[in-house]
Amino acid sequence: MRPLKDMELSQETIAKIDARVEKYPTKRSAALPLLHLVQEEKGYIPDEAIEWIAKRLELNPINIYEIITFYPMLKRKPMGRKHVRVCRTLSCALRGGYQVCKSLQEQLGCKLDETSANGEFSIEFVECLASCGTAPVIMVNENHHENMDEEKTIALCRELKKNTT
Amino acid sequence: MPEEHRIILKHADEPDYTRDIDCYLKHGGYEILQKAFKMKPDEIHQEVMDSGLRGRGGAGFPTGLKWKFLDRKSGKPIYLVCNADESEPGTFKDKQIMYKDPHQLIEGMIISAFSIQAKQAFIYIRGEFFEGARILEEAIEEARAKKFLGENILNSGFSCDIVVHRGAGAYICGEETGLIESLEGKRPYPRIKPPYFPAVLGLYQSPTIVNNVETLCNVKHIVEMTGKEFSKIGSPGNTGTRIWCVSGHVQKPGYYEFPCGGLTMGEMINEVCGGLMPGRKLKAIIPGGSSAKVLRADERFKGKLKDGSEFDWGIWDIPLDFDGPAAAGSMSGSGGIIIMDDSTDIVQALSNITAFYAHESCGQCTPCREGVQWMRKISKRMCGGDAREEDADLLLSIANQIEGRTICAFGEAAAWPVQSFVDKFKDEFKAYAETSPVSSESGDKQLV
Repeated sequence: MRPLKDMELSQETIAKIDARVEKYPTKRSAALPLLHLVQEEKGYIPDEAIEWIAKRLELNPINIYEIITFYPMLKRKPMGRKHVRVCRTLSCALRGGYQVCKSLQEQLGCKLDETSANGEFSIEFVECLASCGTAPVIMVNENHHENMDEEKTIALCRELKKNTT
Repeated sequence: MPEEHRIILKHADEPDYTRDIDCYLKHGGYEILQKAFKMKPDEIHQEVMDSGLRGRGGAGFPTGLKWKFLDRKSGKPIYLVCNADESEPGTFKDKQIMYKDPHQLIEGMIISAFSIQAKQAFIYIRGEFFEGARILEEAIEEARAKKFLGENILNSGFSCDIVVHRGAGAYICGEETGLIESLEGKRPYPRIKPPYFPAVLGLYQSPTIVNNVETLCNVKHIVEMTGKEFSKIGSPGNTGTRIWCVSGHVQKPGYYEFPCGGLTMGEMINEVCGGLMPGRKLKAIIPGGSSAKVLRADERFKGKLKDGSEFDWGIWDIPLDFDGPAAAGSMSGSGGIIIMDDSTDIVQALSNITAFYAHESCGQCTPCREGVQWMRKISKRMCGGDAREEDADLLLSIANQIEGRTICAFGEAAAWPVQSFVDKFKDEFKAYAETSPVSSESGDKQLV
């Protein structure tokens, strides 16, 4: 097995990890929260994080790996700095979710399930986001955008491109 | 027009109402907790029994009875888990409560925890509710600062804490034993039951109660008004209010709280939700989240109700309570009503649904893991202009081989839409080989 890099995490994340582990009756329960915390800092779950978390929780790496491969929100590769999630499910589709997704791809110059060459955008379809009454709905990073239509999509994309780093 | 009767969402949308604890306290917040501490835990349980409260998560199981199954003699700690996974397509009610009135949930949880004597409670919230999790954590801190949570709450001698635990985008975590596995840090594979339900062997192999957000909020109102008074709202067996979530092809989609059975499907859609889009006719309704069997606009529903009376309903006559949609051969499920008008390509709609279940099957049971993929592939192929006449029967055959052959109810949830769509729109499925290029053009929204 190839040697892994050491896990580097900010003091802030380490503190959050320590506090999180304390909250549960068993260490293993902290596995998913720790993966969230690592992903928040790194943008994805690097190889070394699997071993690091396993060791921190007194588990085997497979116990962490099998969780990562199960949950759609945990990523093994960096996503775009602006991660766009588009609800694909029926209530959104009935009100134009697929059209919104098409328009986002055109406006942002990024294909579905891909990350743009400059690392700025990722677009992915996700399943029901529990905002069906304001369909179609999308998320940009942690924020919901509701009642999307062509006009709002264009305006949002203009904003997103303006703030390109 | 039927008037909303808001109990759970009473304050949520008032212009001056904010989600901080000061506002909650100004509106009588945590007073019911103090009332609860003057009661015995069993007395609260009795009120919940008397109320007839049924779970708001989907199955509609009586809450008091669920609590009764709790193994109190094991000597192990008892856990309370709030299911805030809200992942049934078409459902968005719990989000309103958590984002706008988080302290109501926390108060309901502490009262419930006191009644079942759980010292540790969890809120399992879906991963995409980033903000919701932060709101709840802030609210918990506020409550702890005011001594409503933590050690010896309000000098009652009862201690309890709540931990917010985020999921990571998997529908199966809404299934209570899948949720428990997830909370234990494992893959959320649902557990085999019977013989052991979570109330006996749940989280960490300890007695555990898992209740939905809206259910736990109701407990607060039951203690406030007594179980007997609560049971007068709605009808026997269908007590309290329900928050219905209407989405799809209506003018005013949204969430609406009504007494159970307080209105019919027709009143809800044609009056409360402003009717269908101009010039459109109804094609079908899914009454309880995408797992519920679809109802066809021109169906007649006939049979006998629990009280022995006979009914003969059109789709608009179905009463909106737990038993109405069930009597019509479907279910009220999580309260997510999805409306499809005559612009909907029904094969595409089913294909959209099969893609959901194919994405979300946990893969534990072979009939489900394999079957949902085949249902997705076949329905997708049909939509791609390569439909065959035998596809309808093939889809039915696969669905029939999943139903009843899986560890959890996901198998049924995936099979029911296929069975009902194909059965009720068989002509369209059979004819799709000839009509598909035309009909996918005529549907004004792409669904796959």
